Amino acid sequence: MGRSLKKGPFVQPKLLARVEQLNKAGEKRVLKTWSRASVVFPQMVGHTIAVHDGRRHVPIYITENMVGHRLGEFAPTRHFRGHSTKEKAAEAAAAPAGKA
Amino acid sequence: MARIAGVDLPRQKRVDIALRYLFGIGPCRAVEVLEKAQVNPAIRVKDLSEAEVSRIRTIIDRDYKVEGDLRREIGMNIKRLQEIGAYRGFRHRRNLPVRGQRTRTNARTKRGTRKTVAGRKRSKAKK
Repeated sequence: MGRSLKKGPFVQPKLLARVEQLNKAGEKRVLKTWSRASVVFPQMVGHTIAVHDGRRHVPIYITENMVGHRLGEFAPTRHFRGHSTKEKAAEAAAAPAGKA
Repeated sequence: MARIAGVDLPRQKRVDIALRYLFGIGPCRAVEVLEKAQVNPAIRVKDLSEAEVSRIRTIIDRDYKVEGDLRREIGMNIKRLQEIGAYRGFRHRRNLPVRGQRTRTNARTKRGTRKTVAGRKRSKAKK
């Protein structure tokens, strides 16, 4: 659902400030952030931002096409590796028992 | 012969219905177009005059994106999502619903007919 135009797009102020700082210094560094809800701004293009996926920071190189999307869209929080086959299920059952 | 944007319109139908045979023109736009073209929506396609057909055609060409162009635009949008590695792009790639619908059940429109996965309830003997 859309956000009020009056407010403009959301971005964590601190994150934007950090990006601006890098731009001013002409530096490129990986920025870690937890702010998945922040919208990608044009200033961020060309930077690499490591977006938290709940476990780790996924480095994302921002391109022009990504402007207007939210950072979280690029760092999936669920990794589905397929349903377990019979062998895998047996392994999973055996593994915790082996540890204990 | 009423051929608009590369599609033949069915001749027996009312114009407002017939226009909907164009991809990109639905009930709402069909009426809109006819209003702009000053054509009575109740008449049949075969009874349209040449002038009326050409007015409809120019309006559609000028104001609306239909058929191939529209399909191309949609395709490009999806391609863009896939290229930038967005979540929505992944969903398109895997042919799953894109807008957060449940997939435990349903989602049949997007996924097509059911393909039964073996061994759901009780594990069966090895092959």
